[in-house]
Amino acid sequence: MNSRLPAGYNPVRPFRDPAAVKALLQRIESAVTRPWSIMEICGGQTHAIRRYGLDELLPDSIELIHGPGCPVCVTPAAKIDRAVELSLRPGFLLCTYGDMIRVPGSGDSLATAKARGGNLQSVYSALDALQLAREQPDREIVFFAIGFETTSPGHAQALQVAIDEEITNFSMLCSQVTVPAALTMLLGDDSHRIDGVLAAGHVCTITGSNEYHAIAERFRVPVVVTGFEPVDLLLGIADCIDQLEAGSYRVGNSYTRIAKDDGNPVARAALVRMFEPVDMEWRGIGVIPGSGLGLREEFAAYDAERKFQFESRIGSHDDQSGCISGQVLRGLATPERCPNFGQSCTPATPLGAPMVSAEGACAAYYQYARFE
Amino acid sequence: MCLAVPGKLIEIISAPGASRLGRVDFDGIIKTADLSLLPDVHVGDYLVVHAGFAIAEISADEALATLALLAELAEFGEEP
Repeated sequence: MNSRLPAGYNPVRPFRDPAAVKALLQRIESAVTRPWSIMEICGGQTHAIRRYGLDELLPDSIELIHGPGCPVCVTPAAKIDRAVELSLRPGFLLCTYGDMIRVPGSGDSLATAKARGGNLQSVYSALDALQLAREQPDREIVFFAIGFETTSPGHAQALQVAIDEEITNFSMLCSQVTVPAALTMLLGDDSHRIDGVLAAGHVCTITGSNEYHAIAERFRVPVVVTGFEPVDLLLGIADCIDQLEAGSYRVGNSYTRIAKDDGNPVARAALVRMFEPVDMEWRGIGVIPGSGLGLREEFAAYDAERKFQFESRIGSHDDQSGCISGQVLRGLATPERCPNFGQSCTPATPLGAPMVSAEGACAAYYQYARFE
Repeated sequence: MCLAVPGKLIEIISAPGASRLGRVDFDGIIKTADLSLLPDVHVGDYLVVHAGFAIAEISADEALATLALLAELAEFGEEP
């Protein structure tokens, strides 16, 4: 029988407790004997690390490398171009998450297209887009569905409701990606310098930690499921350092209160019912085989890319902006190494997605800038 | 994007024909969340909500175990 949390339990505050942070830092410092590089996968973790200054509080011998876990950042320009194209089409309304709106495609962003008369609605949930489809039956409502495994089950659920209610003016432009395929690509690259991995805690609420065993084994790296509060991050780093110092490479879980080892089976079943793995381009990185989740053939009527014709073509677009997002997303360069950082590229005038998104590494470095 | 916020389920609303919805208290701010992905939750449970959907239930056992570990660490750290 599961015990109950005490009345007045605060699910956040204890995990920001300064005394616990201090104790964990001491614990890590006493365990580490040589330099290690640890990649945090999720951009939300990158932001928390910069916000709380954890990278500066940790011993110098521990380097945190920022990973590709920012769905807005990896959405290919070609998909944004198609979203822009639909938003400019009479009778259409393009809906997506707020983060996506200012990211440039190969030309326009959705925001600049709106300034030219595009129809755009920022939504908090796929269900909000579905509600717009109910309210405006004469309009084609297209939901630009971006996200990792955390977000895609909600898309699957919204689609199930659309099917059940026979809502025919609702479709999805899918740019959904999965973590393990990307992690396999990063660790398979000979130039990587990743000793250990902090897996994204909220992705693992859905997938569980089980699918990381094969990766830890194959590449001989510890993988630790890690949360987002300072204490959670340090618990994950401590587990990773303990394993590295001992020469072991297991899948650990430092976020057990939220991410179960088998994840959320109901959400995974929803994913499998609606989506199938597809090859997907990651912006700045290239095509990663099997790393995307596309709608199954039987749901083609709800797939914007099958339902509508497009002028813009899918294919690799050369990025002429000078943005080095691909290197940043693979952990090969820090934002500060980019000559455009804070100069021609700022959150108000972004050259690339990592400066726009609330999970982008460049935005984290800009927002939590330090003066030396 | 994968930001997910913990809160306490204070009411379950079963609107006819629609998904199962709940009202979740995020430290004083109350919002509606879709509970379809977590069919077995009850009022009083702590949930994690992402983009309008409750995606995980906070395990009381595991949360208490982590808090106990932290208390132990902090105590150990205070010794001279």
